[in-house]
Amino acid sequence: MINKEVKDAKEAVQDIFDGSTIMLGGFGLCGIPENCISALVQKNVKNLTCISNNAGVDDFGIGLLLQKKQVKKMISSYVGENNEFERQLLSGELEVDLIPQGTLAERCRASGAGIPAFYTPAGFGTEVSEGKEVREFNGKSYILEKSFDADFAIVKAWKGDTSGNLIYKGTARNFNPMMASAGKITIAEVEELVPTGQLDPNFIHTPGIYIQRIFKGINYEKRIEQKTISDESK
Amino acid sequence: MSLNKFQIAQRISKELKNGYYVNLGIGIPTLVANYIPKKINVVLQSENGLLGMGPFPKRSDVDPDLINAGKQTITTLNGSVLFDSAESFAMIRGGHINMTILGAMEVSENGDIANWKIPGKMVKGMGGAMDLVSSSDNIIVAMMHTNKKGESKLLKNCTLPLTGKKCIKKIFTDLAVIEVTKNGFYLVEKAPNVSIEEIINKTEGKIEISKKLKDIEI
Repeated sequence: MINKEVKDAKEAVQDIFDGSTIMLGGFGLCGIPENCISALVQKNVKNLTCISNNAGVDDFGIGLLLQKKQVKKMISSYVGENNEFERQLLSGELEVDLIPQGTLAERCRASGAGIPAFYTPAGFGTEVSEGKEVREFNGKSYILEKSFDADFAIVKAWKGDTSGNLIYKGTARNFNPMMASAGKITIAEVEELVPTGQLDPNFIHTPGIYIQRIFKGINYEKRIEQKTISDESK
Repeated sequence: MSLNKFQIAQRISKELKNGYYVNLGIGIPTLVANYIPKKINVVLQSENGLLGMGPFPKRSDVDPDLINAGKQTITTLNGSVLFDSAESFAMIRGGHINMTILGAMEVSENGDIANWKIPGKMVKGMGGAMDLVSSSDNIIVAMMHTNKKGESKLLKNCTLPLTGKKCIKKIFTDLAVIEVTKNGFYLVEKAPNVSIEEIINKTEGKIEISKKLKDIEI
């Protein structure tokens, strides 16, 4: 098996260049590659185009990159919860492409699967369909959406082995698997890194073929956006 | 008396049928989960990757790796299943979800919905709403009948950027239950002690009254 282990986040992101297009896994702050985001902030790489479902919050996640004005363009489906983002957007400092969440996921999946474009009903008749080819199938209208082209994909998994095989936990899976398949270079950070052979092949979510670099992340904060608790008095 | 948001959710819960897979949007729709009749089995889908969404966790069971689409901490149930976002929207676009309940800023008399953007003011994004409304035959809206300024949210044409066209089948508000037909809005139930005139006055789009109009029962 091919050993893809690198030392840490700094080494994993060392060749990410100014102007790169990067996919970042996660939904809200759940399943985001915390270590690599910190390393990108430290490296101070600029003019990034970030493809990620959300834009983090003001002081965490992709919000950290926005704070340092490292992001030129965000491609997301939902960007509430971030004041600095809203300020940069309304002042014209930041380009934003908002796209339906299922289309975002499928554009990532298609990219990794060698599908250049596909038809989807999502957004037909809205401003999302403006300038796009529309075609009718069986009496229903669909719009043509193209797959993404990303220089790097950065994903976070729960467990991984040195061959790059990955297992996710809970809803921290979200966009990570399809983004993993879509990067020209895909970097995986994991909470637990084990030698090849230690993961049961029956339960691997992302096959290591998609992964170029893997490392064991440290100090995961896993911040919660909305801590909701059930009433225990009942 | 007009209904409060909990009562709207309670009324909507009666639309659920045994064996339904249901996606609940943020706001009033989320509250519907509290009123699912005990006699029926309904599975809630959370589009970030979970079928079989359970209640909020006990303080000791909070898991940052287990949230719903509103980013709230939740739990799984016996029989729950976790998956990725592409799989989640395959279920949605593929028509496997039996009912979607959404909030809205505006709905038009031909079933258009707007709920994701106020140009120049609010740009949060559509999330999964456009995929959801484009993919199921059973899309219902839960909202207040008027906005904070008292203006009708049931319009002839939506003024805000659309989320989807001709997709809403039924609307549940604080004043009424209204179906969307090819002739416009159709009033089928009204809140007790709310007059038909008040509902007509607060509905900008074309509205017909059912001959079988009755009071909303909760």
